[in-house]
Amino acid sequence: MAKITLDNVKHSYLDKPAGDIEWALKHVDLTWQDGGAYALLGPSGCGKTTMLNLISGLLTPSQGRILFDENDVTALPADERRLAQVFQFPVVYDTMTVFDNLAFPLKNRGASSEQIRERVVEIAHMLELETELDKRASRLTADGKQKISLGRGLVRSDVNVIMFDEPLTVIDPHLKWQLRSKLKELHQQVGVTMIYVTHDQTEALTFADQVAVMLEGEVLQTGTPTELFEKPMHTFVGHFIGSPGMNVLPCKVDNGVPVFADYPVALSNAPGTTNNVVRTEIGVRPEFVSFADEGIPVEIVNVDDVGRYKIVEVQHAQHSIKMILHEGQSPPSDGAKIIFDPAKTYIYTDEHLAA
Amino acid sequence: MIDKIANQKAWFFILPVTLLVAFNAIIPLMTVVNYSVQETFGDNVFFWEGVTWYEQVLTSDRFHASFLRQLSFTGMILLIEIPLGIAVALSMPRKGPWVSVCLVLMALPLLIPWNVVGSMWNIFALPDSGLLGRMINGIGIDYNFTQQPVSAWLTTVVMDVWHWTSLVVLLAYAGLCSIPNAYYQAAKIDGASNWAVFRYIQLPKLKRVLTIAILLRFMDSFMIYTEPFVLTGGGPGNTTTFLSIDLVKIALGQFDLGPAAAMSLIYFLIILLICWIFYTLMMRHENQ
Repeated sequence: MAKITLDNVKHSYLDKPAGDIEWALKHVDLTWQDGGAYALLGPSGCGKTTMLNLISGLLTPSQGRILFDENDVTALPADERRLAQVFQFPVVYDTMTVFDNLAFPLKNRGASSEQIRERVVEIAHMLELETELDKRASRLTADGKQKISLGRGLVRSDVNVIMFDEPLTVIDPHLKWQLRSKLKELHQQVGVTMIYVTHDQTEALTFADQVAVMLEGEVLQTGTPTELFEKPMHTFVGHFIGSPGMNVLPCKVDNGVPVFADYPVALSNAPGTTNNVVRTEIGVRPEFVSFADEGIPVEIVNVDDVGRYKIVEVQHAQHSIKMILHEGQSPPSDGAKIIFDPAKTYIYTDEHLAA
Repeated sequence: MIDKIANQKAWFFILPVTLLVAFNAIIPLMTVVNYSVQETFGDNVFFWEGVTWYEQVLTSDRFHASFLRQLSFTGMILLIEIPLGIAVALSMPRKGPWVSVCLVLMALPLLIPWNVVGSMWNIFALPDSGLLGRMINGIGIDYNFTQQPVSAWLTTVVMDVWHWTSLVVLLAYAGLCSIPNAYYQAAKIDGASNWAVFRYIQLPKLKRVLTIAILLRFMDSFMIYTEPFVLTGGGPGNTTTFLSIDLVKIALGQFDLGPAAAMSLIYFLIILLICWIFYTLMMRHENQ
């Protein structure tokens, strides 16, 4: 078990990258504590898998260092880093039984057969695979195979970290939830660091204590699910997390006061200096927009009743704003006006939270 | 319910395929069946003979001998070509500019017509003037494929390996390329040795293409005619007279249409039977 540090890591798949676009990973500084549950969240092609492969040693970074505790492992090959990885598509050794699959990593490391048996049975019990041990691995369903992949990591007692690369992609929807809870449970039981890569916010937010949101090769924000929800550091984070995502509205800054379409907006952060800034925007989540007697006059465009709450889309001067109305509330019939909760409204300069 | 109106015109749709199958399979095959149960002395006069020719072929020493030669030849080339093909495929680069170079080099022997392959090797291996023949004799080994059975066999086998290993290579290479990278990554993390990667990932994943490769090589080599005919003509003596060469000798050399027809059908059934057994065994294993 170890703390994982990515120190000034950059990676490109090309030998001589020219320009930003050719870096798969632009610049990452990150520390993950021992025993935590972490998630890497971002859209396809944002560099999540690259980062995972750098940590696992399947790739060597173009620049920077990777530390496990205080040891520099940048040059170590994958099998010496003492980690395990579960891939997007279940990887099992088809011709072997479930038992032999689970025993394989131990056998390769020269463990005795009693040790192997004891450990495999223990892990199979944890994964609820005891009854399948003598079956051929190829006969299991996708979720069973994914459990084997995970099991091959768990049998090794020296594992520093287990990494998951979108492990639920091929699992049936009704089993996804089950397998995810199982993962969470295992994490608490085993206490090994787990890193979970996904593009699905629900998976990331329910699994991880800390989520790193990535976009185009950069980590935009690392934080607890609550932090990401309440104080997005980047408009993309606000937009990507939450359903519907954060409203991002263009604004002007007049003598230090942000103005959205002629209406001054009270904020939780100061706009700061805006001299070299191209774009200023305010961000407010639909949860923190409400109807009021005084405020910005809007036109109601659409009301979507999703059961426990309603999603209302309103418009002011061509700017569409989404808001959430809780059960029992209904939008005013005419002359609707809205206000933003000042404690949860932020100004962003060039997409980053203004400081 | 809609009342169904019987409309038999739809049968016309299968007319083309019926004609095609009739002319390319059923009629020729039935002609052979027809010959195999009759005796003729020319002039289109036929006498009914029943299963006489079948009995004669099945009990003849000549047929047994060429059948044995055929089995040994096919066995030998399979034992060489399949492992060699896998080995070459494994050592070929998976990406980069050399991929296309290797693929073209591999495909070259497959593009050469069979009788040309035979002539090439004939000239190449001639003991007095061929490059290969002179070299072997030059290093002190007595080699003459036109005189010595062992030399003739070796040359025939090497020629077939040269001509057809590429097919196994290309099939195995395609199979190797279709293995997702995650398997290799997982094996790396599990600390698997190269041998374990081959034994537990590559070989199982190659099983289907190898089944096809073995079937194709079995059928082709079991029916081989042109190359050994051009190279050795079945000799010296009868030592490289394989089934098809023997068949042609009987049918066209001796003009024994009845025995030749019976032998063709037996030959055909042997190939069918071996393919069926092999395929069934492979697939049964698959379903376990």
